[in-house]
Amino acid sequence: MRHSRYFVALVLIGVMLGPVFYIIIGGFRTNSQITVDPAGLPDPWVIGNYTDVLTGDVFWRQVGNSTIVAVATTLGVVALGVMASYVLARYRFKGRAAMYALFAAGLMFPATVAITPLYILIKNLGLVNTLPGVILPQIAFGLPTTVIILVPFLRAIPRELEEAAAIDRCSRLGFFWRMVLPLSVPGLITVGILAFVNSWNSYLLPLFILNDQDGFTLPLGVQAFSSQYSVDTAKVLAFTSLSMIPALVFFSLFERRIVGGLTGAVKG
Amino acid sequence: MTVTEVRTGGGVRTPPPVRPRRRGIGWAQRLEIVALSGPAILVFIGFVIVPVAMAAYYGFYRWKGFGPPTDFVGLDNYVTILQDPAFHEALIHNGQIVVLSLIIQGPIAVGLALLLNQRMRGRSLIRVLIFVPYVIAEVIAGTAWALLLQSDGAVNGVLRSVGLDGLAQDWLSNPDLAIWTLMMILTWKYIGFAVILFLAGMQNIPEELSEAAAMDGATYWQTQWRITLPLLGPTIRIWAFLSIIGALQLFDLVYIIWGQYVASTAGTSTMATYMVTEGRNAANYGYGNAVAVVLFTISMIIALVYQRFVLRRDTEGHA
Repeated sequence: MRHSRYFVALVLIGVMLGPVFYIIIGGFRTNSQITVDPAGLPDPWVIGNYTDVLTGDVFWRQVGNSTIVAVATTLGVVALGVMASYVLARYRFKGRAAMYALFAAGLMFPATVAITPLYILIKNLGLVNTLPGVILPQIAFGLPTTVIILVPFLRAIPRELEEAAAIDRCSRLGFFWRMVLPLSVPGLITVGILAFVNSWNSYLLPLFILNDQDGFTLPLGVQAFSSQYSVDTAKVLAFTSLSMIPALVFFSLFERRIVGGLTGAVKG
Repeated sequence: MTVTEVRTGGGVRTPPPVRPRRRGIGWAQRLEIVALSGPAILVFIGFVIVPVAMAAYYGFYRWKGFGPPTDFVGLDNYVTILQDPAFHEALIHNGQIVVLSLIIQGPIAVGLALLLNQRMRGRSLIRVLIFVPYVIAEVIAGTAWALLLQSDGAVNGVLRSVGLDGLAQDWLSNPDLAIWTLMMILTWKYIGFAVILFLAGMQNIPEELSEAAAMDGATYWQTQWRITLPLLGPTIRIWAFLSIIGALQLFDLVYIIWGQYVASTAGTSTMATYMVTEGRNAANYGYGNAVAVVLFTISMIIALVYQRFVLRRDTEGHA
């Protein structure tokens, strides 16, 4: 019983990480090694594939684009989301229920459904092939989850605090700025991480909006690279594993928050 | 809130000190509401609601995507969808993916969560590691699996090298097998999410319950079956909801693997990939948008029915 538990865990890790290790290790092989023995270990290990990718500017440009898009999306989602959530959580006005329902319904609208009109809209705004053309819709599609997570969070801030602030002649906006924002930092980090990871991995929207190789984000870059070098499997593996690293580093830094955020999202 | 207001209003004759502040709701507060929520609402309506509404509008036109749509065909696109065998095939695939996701991923994830909920060495590291596939981008996961599963790829290579030549398959391009290959990849990618959810759900179950059951002589499995699983019900039902919606809208992995490496989605097409191949690649924008509307309507109906009949008992307790 005791040993079987560890055995299952080991098999599990092997299955989950096997493909990941295959791409990383595969990048250290040559194409002829891969052709002769598709499942073998590198013999000898070559680092040429990795250094080629790292010394070229394509990879770094795409890392830059992805970073700009993800950071801007995250900032936008968090800023707009917390302001709207504050209104939904702490103000009483006609139409509040309707406003909440509007955002909640947004959970059901996948970007897939709206992708053609979105493309046309972005084209009419003159934003095709620009990073803002990806950022703005991503902020919009990130808002429903953000609002759903943040509203209960902001509602939980005790009313006494608000009253004490009012007695100290602190306006409602002052209260928002000085009390609500600092108190809700954990919630903001959670929604921020969700927005960042979603944006970093996002594929469909950039696929429609970015047609020019110079503007490609990493996911588009991986796809373009793998069709351009389809015969050079080893190089594709190197490029793919390098583009995996930022997300993995980010994930290992914020793993607790991501897991906590997901469970919080589902409970809310 | 209302209760306290009524009480102060009724009990005391002189207006309570809260009153002047309440009267201030007028202009200043209204301005705050607009200033704070305005940007979010504008962006949300502009880039979510309007495009969805436009999709519904374009669905009534035969339209190639150039200039304003002029060729109004009413419900023709929808009539065509009803008779379109390629759409039916995609719809059936979505149905298969929904059902298979639930019956494959659900039990495996519950089992793994039970395992990882026990005291064992390296437990937190294992939890992180099984979550890695979920964090990796779909494009990267798709590229990796496409290379692994090619007919001369690593999976077949391993099978042949251990003498199981018979098991080596055309994993991706055999249309009878492709849906199972896809299910395997989906399970790999998304099982970590389910396990993490279930573990969080199990953490909310008070330990006294299983301790009491153990005192009464219940075995480990009896305790899990009679206590943990029933109390995990709400978490499982929410996971199932997310899984169903995700399966209905599945696009990325299919489009990446079967669009790029196999050059045909035959056997794995979904409503979303069909929509994109029709709308974008075949320039039938009007028809593609009608497919989008059907996809949206199906998801919405299933979501509403599910919330009405399955999730209701979970939310009733809280309300």
